[in-house]
Amino acid sequence: MIDSIAQQPMLAALIALVSLGMVFGALLGFAAEKFKVQGDPIVEQIDNLLPQTQCGQCGFPGCRPYAQSIADGDAINKCPPGGQNTINSIANLLDVPAPALDEEHGEEEEIKTIAYIREDECIGCTKCIQACPVDAILGAAKLMHTVIVSECTGCDLCVEPCPVDCIDMLPVVQGIVQWHWPNPPTTIDLIATSKMSSQEDAA
Amino acid sequence: MSRTWETPGGVHPPENKSQSMTQSIGHLPIPGTLVIPLHQHIGSPSKIDVTIGQAVLKGQTLTRATLSNNLPVHASTSGTVIAIDDQPVAHPSGLTAPCVTIASDGRDQWIEHVGVTDFRRCGPLDLLQIITDAGIAGMGGAGFPSAIKLSPSKDKAIDTLIINATECEPYITADDAAMREKAQDLIQGIEVVCHILNDPKRVVIGIEDNKPQAIKALRPYIQESSIEIVPFPTKYPSGGEKQLIYILTGREVPSGGLPIDLGMVCLNIGTLIAIKRAVIDGEPLISRITTVTGGACGVNRNYEVLIGTPISHLLTHNEFDEKNCSRLIMGGPMMGFSLTSTDVPVVKTTSCILAPGHSEIPADTPAQACIRCGLCAEACPVSLLPQQLFWYAQAKDQERLEAHNLFDCIECGACSYVCPSNIPLVQHYRSSKGEIRKANIDKIDADNARQRFEFRKLRLEQADEQRQAKREARRLVTEQARATSNTSQPGSSAADIIAAAQQRVITKQASPEQQKAKFERALLAAQSRLQEAEKRLIEATTNGSKQQQTICSASVESARQKVDQTQYRLRELTD
Repeated sequence: MIDSIAQQPMLAALIALVSLGMVFGALLGFAAEKFKVQGDPIVEQIDNLLPQTQCGQCGFPGCRPYAQSIADGDAINKCPPGGQNTINSIANLLDVPAPALDEEHGEEEEIKTIAYIREDECIGCTKCIQACPVDAILGAAKLMHTVIVSECTGCDLCVEPCPVDCIDMLPVVQGIVQWHWPNPPTTIDLIATSKMSSQEDAA
Repeated sequence: MSRTWETPGGVHPPENKSQSMTQSIGHLPIPGTLVIPLHQHIGSPSKIDVTIGQAVLKGQTLTRATLSNNLPVHASTSGTVIAIDDQPVAHPSGLTAPCVTIASDGRDQWIEHVGVTDFRRCGPLDLLQIITDAGIAGMGGAGFPSAIKLSPSKDKAIDTLIINATECEPYITADDAAMREKAQDLIQGIEVVCHILNDPKRVVIGIEDNKPQAIKALRPYIQESSIEIVPFPTKYPSGGEKQLIYILTGREVPSGGLPIDLGMVCLNIGTLIAIKRAVIDGEPLISRITTVTGGACGVNRNYEVLIGTPISHLLTHNEFDEKNCSRLIMGGPMMGFSLTSTDVPVVKTTSCILAPGHSEIPADTPAQACIRCGLCAEACPVSLLPQQLFWYAQAKDQERLEAHNLFDCIECGACSYVCPSNIPLVQHYRSSKGEIRKANIDKIDADNARQRFEFRKLRLEQADEQRQAKREARRLVTEQARATSNTSQPGSSAADIIAAAQQRVITKQASPEQQKAKFERALLAAQSRLQEAEKRLIEATTNGSKQQQTICSASVESARQKVDQTQYRLRELTD
């Protein structure tokens, strides 16, 4: 049997290749089952990059649904709280060009704002508590409410439902602790000769 | 003589140290008001302990430490607290911070204080508590609480004490002056620290060779002891903690690590003198030696300055010429920062006030394009790649910046100093570091928000499920009830239900005999009420008013009707 196969090189090669294919096929099949990844890792990664304000400005009920939508091919520039930084990092992750922020969904704010309840005007209706996506408002029915500053993401979803308009979005105070060195002015691309000519122009 | 190692890179800027060393350490008159910032160290701020209008004595605590990384601050002179508010402080941002303002009474009266008679009899923890209570933070620049640095660590014994007498920044001579004039205090401070550290194997004073007089002043005190003085060639920046450790021991502090990881502790000259004063004299840290120098100052000199003295007070006593001053710098020309106001006070970390003339340190020339000369890489004492970091900083590529070890940058400014294009490289790094730190904080906040959002979603879902389950249970109960009634009365329709209801009413009713007896009793009662009403009517007709008569006749009528009704019902029942 082996002799006859050995004498026919075509057949020998065929058997060898088919058996190799079967072995590796089985191996791959086993690995695919054994090391199966639950869920969609790319959604997880995109969700990690989003700012988690859960504000819904993108048109989705929270950051994760938007991450899912991006994974399904939606535009990556619908997140105003994240701003250009978030767009850049998502573009980096997905290896696509980074577009500018879609103004339709809102503008990027320079300074983070957080909600502040004017407490003596609060009537204790609990509407803002129900609206807050991160449980950052403390209070009970017919009792004064207040915002837990450290937990507020500044999504301003609580402003709209307030029947007495006692919620303000105030910028976070930038103290010495939060301060960091600003960017130095950008490099001017001048060479000595063009500097001279520009001075002459000015004169 | 011990061997020394040479750090990579480094620069040799003009030293400019001789101007301020022509005179001995001076003392200034006490300023009218002192502004003492509450937070002068790395760590959390401490709680205020005085009120406006309160009289304070020199050395009295103004704040109380509540946490382990808190340090108190003390009144630098006696007087009255006139304000507790936010004031501009010595910080590159020029922002305000909480401060206590004291109007001095000029008497400079000390609070009662007493030092330890023999520190060798005290336990290290008692001495560390004294150092904390005296508010001593590293006086080299960072302001790290010294007691925390010296605290015994569980997993690492400290076997080397390094005394940083390098003072590598140009212009600054505060430590040099202190060594020349307060050598004895310094040595006593070292002895105290050695006792706290349980006598480390090696005690080294690392000093640059441009301070021969300081070395000469220290020599007599160390003849008997094991303290070594190791001079090494002058080069900027040798005074960085990690650089000094490498120069003296040839060992590198790991990236992101601390000297304690190598079993070493590094202390500054000013800090050691403050420790001596705290332990042996019982005096808290209320003054420090500060160099006031620069071409715009008529007098260049070191002063023993009270913490909280406004810079303007220092300048007016030094013939400061504002017109000739290009900018006012706190710290040295390499690592210091420009001040926006002369009202800011001297703090524990203020080693120098530099007021250079226009020719000394000219205003910033605009940065030009990088010509890729590579001088910055040669100058970097940490062997980073400043050029690469510069590109990544401009591109805001935080990942690559971290991969290129941006956080190992000691911000010495050597790269900016050598740059022929005047690119403020170190500013780019500082700003990038700040952005990365902020991004990390934002990331933590975002993760926290996500967790809360998901928990809320889960909670709402659970509440919804519970409500659904309750509704389902109720539906099942009604269905079951209907099913049981269906089996007992097949073919249930509206008529059947009414019949069943009537049946239930009938069964509830009493038997005919009982009913008859009930009506008979009612009849008897009604008849007796009728008789009584008739009797009252007769009485009313004989001697009552017209109104009484009508009332009585009406009641008789109603009683008669009642009797008729009952009789009728009784008859209906019996029929």
